[in-house]
Amino acid sequence: MSTAVVASAASGRAQRMQAIRNGMLLVVTILLVWQGLYLWIGDIALASPLATVRYAARLLASDTFYPHLRDTMIAFVAGYALAVVLGLAIGFWLGFHRLSGEVMEPMVVAVYSLPKVTLYPILLLAFGLGISAKIAFGTLHGVIPIILFTLAAVRNIKPILLKTGRTLKLTPLQTVRSILFPATLPEIFTGLRVGFSLTLIGTLLAEMFASQRGLGFLLMNGIGLHNVEMIMAITLMIVVFAAAVSTLLLHIDHRLHQRL
Amino acid sequence: MTRLTIYRLLVVAAAIGTLEALCLAGAIDRITMQPPHEIARDFVRLLASGRMNGAIRKTLGNAAIAFGMALAAGVSFAALLHGMRALRATLDPLFATYYAVPVFAFYPFLIVVFGLGDVPQVLIGFMLAVVAVIVNTLNGLDRVPRVLVKTARVHRLGRLRMATAITLPFAAPYILTGVKLAVAYALIGVVGSEFIMSRGGLGYEISFAYTNFENATMYPLIVLILVISIALNAFLTAWEKRLLLRRGQR
Repeated sequence: MSTAVVASAASGRAQRMQAIRNGMLLVVTILLVWQGLYLWIGDIALASPLATVRYAARLLASDTFYPHLRDTMIAFVAGYALAVVLGLAIGFWLGFHRLSGEVMEPMVVAVYSLPKVTLYPILLLAFGLGISAKIAFGTLHGVIPIILFTLAAVRNIKPILLKTGRTLKLTPLQTVRSILFPATLPEIFTGLRVGFSLTLIGTLLAEMFASQRGLGFLLMNGIGLHNVEMIMAITLMIVVFAAAVSTLLLHIDHRLHQRL
Repeated sequence: MTRLTIYRLLVVAAAIGTLEALCLAGAIDRITMQPPHEIARDFVRLLASGRMNGAIRKTLGNAAIAFGMALAAGVSFAALLHGMRALRATLDPLFATYYAVPVFAFYPFLIVVFGLGDVPQVLIGFMLAVVAVIVNTLNGLDRVPRVLVKTARVHRLGRLRMATAITLPFAAPYILTGVKLAVAYALIGVVGSEFIMSRGGLGYEISFAYTNFENATMYPLIVLILVISIALNAFLTAWEKRLLLRRGQR
């Protein structure tokens, strides 16, 4: 038994090392391809990796950049918080109430595959040209996976767990804390992870249309200014942020699923 | 019609009815939205006038090109990649985090490189769609039973013949899952980028109508896009179900 545990821990470590090596190899490959493209196309249309990183560092240090970054972050965090609260509430409801779940699930799935950008003007008309429309649009993107994964997690709880709880005469609060929460956590976490990414996409999309502030606005502004370095630097920042957070969340996700 | 379908229709009807009531009662003002029955009327008028035919053709055409490219490139790339373990292991983190990265953030860059023609929009649709095809094709190829591969080897099939006669047909239902996503993503990519900045297409017409306060054009167009994507999705889901049923799954 103990040797098996040790062996699996060792293979887990080996796997982790392998994953880190693959990730680094990928980053190096992307940088090489980028540099190659730069040498091939030239600096009219493309900035080199080094120049882009330098420009990004300059942006991060400048005072004019900070308000835009803050605006995007506030909209994103608020949108995500709303998506989590709404998604968990709706997901639990649809998971527990079987009929509602069966009626609504395909409709929620259908909303997932819609081009939701087209709904943004409606949100703009309803909320006005401010940060609230941005938040609402981020939430609209992020809430759907959270609903779907929570719904599935709640629906698939093994009945025996709940029955055991009833036999032990647990109070509703105890049931939630010691049965519901641990049993559904891994699946719900996956929903929260996907919701995180989609909220970010929604927030940026909203900023790219009819916005005066935020990273998305700066990106679109760069087209008019034909500032390739700025466009690439901001794109790089967004990509690095999204990829880094998503890698971290994926890692936690795997851990949680392994525990079961 | 099953009971569940009836309930679903009831939910949609209730939602539209609520909107209608709110609009007629004045809780939603006309600058925000006209009542749904007027949207339906404008929808018929707009389509009958033929004013949007060019935009519809452009958007669906570009989405089809993006989807076609994603399908061809995705399936062949996945078939190649399936045999190369080291490369696949290197690309795995890319596939895992790909959809966490906002692909639309690349749109301004693509505009600067390719100009404001159709190319950046098609490319965004392609970039969104292709990885779904690759990942699902790989997933299908991973599930090919060894006995099929061995049989192919007994018959001395070459790599290409094996792919076209054995492994890809076996993976078809999984590829179809990728296709379903790719259709949705290609449409999202094209419409979304048209909406952000472009010179034509349904997304452009919606943003144009929005900036000019033409709700009588904007809402019918939004409905049109929703109808198109829901219809496409429903068709592909039904097809997928039939394929899986034939395999005796689900």
